[in-house]
This record gives sequence, structure tokens and C-alpha cells, in this order.
Amino acid sequence: MLKMRVIPCLDVKDGRTVKGVNFIDLIDAGDPVEQAKLYDREGADELCFLDITASAENRDTLYDVVARTAEQCFMPLTVGGGVRGVEDIRRLLLAGADKASINTAAVARPDFVREAAEKFGSQCIVVAIDAKSVGSGRWEVFTHGGRRATGIDAVEWAKRMASAGAGEILLTSMDRDGTKAGFDIPLTRSVADAIRIPVIASGGVGTLDHLVEGIRDGHATAVLAASIFHFGSFSIAQAKARLAAAGIPVRL
Amino acid sequence: MITAIIDYGSGNLRSAAKAFERAAREAAIDTEIRVTHDAETVRRAERVVLPGVGAFADCRRGLAAVPGMEAALDEAVRRRGRPFLGICVGMQLMADRGREFETVDGLGWIAGEVVAIAPADPALKIPHMGWNELALRAAHPLLDGIASGAHAYFVHSYRFACAERRDVLATVEYGGEIAAVVGRDNLVGTQFHPEKSQATGLRLIANFLRWRP
Repeated sequence: MLKMRVIPCLDVKDGRTVKGVNFIDLIDAGDPVEQAKLYDREGADELCFLDITASAENRDTLYDVVARTAEQCFMPLTVGGGVRGVEDIRRLLLAGADKASINTAAVARPDFVREAAEKFGSQCIVVAIDAKSVGSGRWEVFTHGGRRATGIDAVEWAKRMASAGAGEILLTSMDRDGTKAGFDIPLTRSVADAIRIPVIASGGVGTLDHLVEGIRDGHATAVLAASIFHFGSFSIAQAKARLAAAGIPVRL
Repeated sequence: MITAIIDYGSGNLRSAAKAFERAAREAAIDTEIRVTHDAETVRRAERVVLPGVGAFADCRRGLAAVPGMEAALDEAVRRRGRPFLGICVGMQLMADRGREFETVDGLGWIAGEVVAIAPADPALKIPHMGWNELALRAAHPLLDGIASGAHAYFVHSYRFACAERRDVLATVEYGGEIAAVVGRDNLVGTQFHPEKSQATGLRLIANFLRWRP
């Protein structure tokens, strides 16, 4: 049976993790590679890096982080943030990433997703959708970290990206992101039920039960969280145990 | 002694090479892992690995586009009987033909076709993506130390429908049975990605590097 995935996400800036507590068993808590190794040991199903490096000249620090992670963690690694062209994806893959997550650039030029899928295969193209509620049962796609409205309906956009060749959708509720109030379940379910490709639920996780809800009620096949793992509130192993206790198939 | 990982423009081979290097080092196997698009290197290699991501037809064309590579593969693998491991689409390429978007001939090494996954349950997502449990169907040195129930990482929308049941060494359940490991003579292939399958994957890679068919 296919197992539902738990994916910890790390925000990386200039090659360092942005936030987090001092894990006593880490040699260097600010090193994303050390953090990735910890998640690997704890049983994470995949890893995700979100690069928020502002300046282009510091972008090389990300490739270094990806390369060092790929040498030590033999599990799927997704990297997002600043993926604007085919060449960005190529560099990430050459550094050792398995999937590239495209967000703003997909909205700016939808054909980019099709070109990327044709060039590298759908299996390595994740389309990240940041959505905000705009009234009952409707959500709109936002870009630039949730600052810019696009007027695009999130469910329709997910369908379009799936048909363009995206391998999966990373769906983040901008209303819930950072609130610890749980996933936007109606949003997650609306998108997951509308497309055949997998949906990763993201944004708002504050408790382990939120992870259960994302899969059981939101119909996502993977759940992504950053702060509950990064701040040490819960371990990956605890998350999996809770999912298993709720009857959700997980890899233990 | 060289283990050649064939680079024919299909995806990222760095993580695959790193996994092979790690597996060889941990198992104290003396082999040089070399990512190559040079046909002569493949012809002389002790072992050959054919990765592959993307669509069947693209991979088939990509392989055909490397000067001398198919002849080198044929000589090393078919005539000299060097151990061969195909990964994902690299495994599927051993089939008679692929039916992804268009019908294209495969290498014809293991009888069967590559067809779309059609789960009985329409709610199951395509691609089949994530960790799934292996069910072993036959004993094989490649699977030494790996038991049914071990998890491996899959990402694919098409499957290898083998004509001969005995060529299927392990399966996985996804709305129906899917070939997860195939093998015949000196040929083996995994639908999943051993280089992404943590301890189980490294074990399988080490088994391959030790294998003397």
C-alpha cells in the first residue's frame, strides 16, 4: 500500500536556516544539511528546501547546500524559491535535487511548466500554489510570497498546471500560513478532488492532528510543515505515530 | 573495474552516483563509479547501470542519440553478460515496447510492454508517487537481506507489464499489482529509485555491485 508522506520544509537564506531552536544533537543548528540529516534519521519521507535568499549573487550558497545534502541523504529532495527558468532547474538537479518547485514563474509564464515537464519529466516538476480565500468556496492564487493577487481561481489553476505536466501540487493556504490553526481543509479538498496528481497540503500546521486532517479530510497524499518540526514542538516520528494511530498508512 | 552509470541526458545522475559510491564504500566493494556518455567506457565496464526519468520515447531517443551507445550496451550486456541494472524508465527500456504517448520499441531484453497504470480505484493518484511496500515474488541475489514489507520510493505513471511471470522478482500494490523488480539472466531492473530509498535502496545497490550472475 502506498504510504502518505510527511515532508519537513526548511527555509534557507544565504545557505543558512532562517529560524529554529538549538537542537542539542546538531553540530551546527544553522546548517540546513545538519537539519536535513536529523529529519532523515527521524523518518521523513521527503525533504523540502525553500530558498528565500534575496540577492542573486548569494544564490550559489543554495546549490552548495543542495549538493551537500544530496551526498548524505538518500531520499527525495524538493527545492523551491527563485525557480524562474529551465536553467535554474537544471542547476538544482545537477546539484542533487530531485524536484524543483515553481511558483511565481508559473503564473508569469504558464508555458514554463510545460517546457520544464517536457525537458526534465513531470516527476520532478512541482507547482506551488499560494491561495487565499475570496468568499465562500472560492480561492485565488497569490504570488510573490502572498503579496500579489492574480485574479486566478486556485482550483482552475491547479487543473491547468496538472494538464501542463506538473507532477504534483504543493498547495499553501496563505490565510493559514503561520497561524498554527490547521490547514484550510475546504481549499485542500477542493483542489485534491479536482485533479488526478498528488496534492501536498501546506500552511497552518500547529498540532499533529492537523496533519491527520490534511490527509483524512483534505484528501492530500502528503503533508508539509516547517515550524512544528523546526522548533522542535514535534518530531517526525511523533507525527507519523499520530497519523498511524488515526488509521492513515505511513512508513514507520 | 568500473561500474558505468550511463548519462544520456535523462535527469540528474549526481544523487545516483553518490548513492552507488556510498553503497560501495559501506560494503567495501572495490569499484569505480563512473557517470559516462562514452560508449567505449560502457563497452569495457564491469557493470552497467541505466537510469532514466521522463517519458519512455524520450529516453529511448536519448539513448539512441549517444554515438555507439546501443552497440556498446549490446556487447557488454548481451554478449559479455555483464551485470545490468535498469532504474525506473531505465528498467522499462528493457521491454519489447513502450506505449507512453506513442508506441516505441524498447531494447527487447525482457518480454513485455510498458503501459499506463490504471488503478481499479479511480481516487488513487497518478503518478504513483511515494513510499510503497515491496512484496517479494522470487529469491534473487539483488534482494538479499530485503524482506517483503520493505519500503521503496516510487514515482511513475507507467508500468512494466511482463509477459513472463518468472521475470517479476517483486511487486507493489497500487490499485492492482505493479512490477517493482524484474530480472532475467544478467539483467535486473527496479521500477522504484534505489538511490532515493534510504537503507533499503543502498542495500539493493550493494547487492548489485556484488552480484555475479
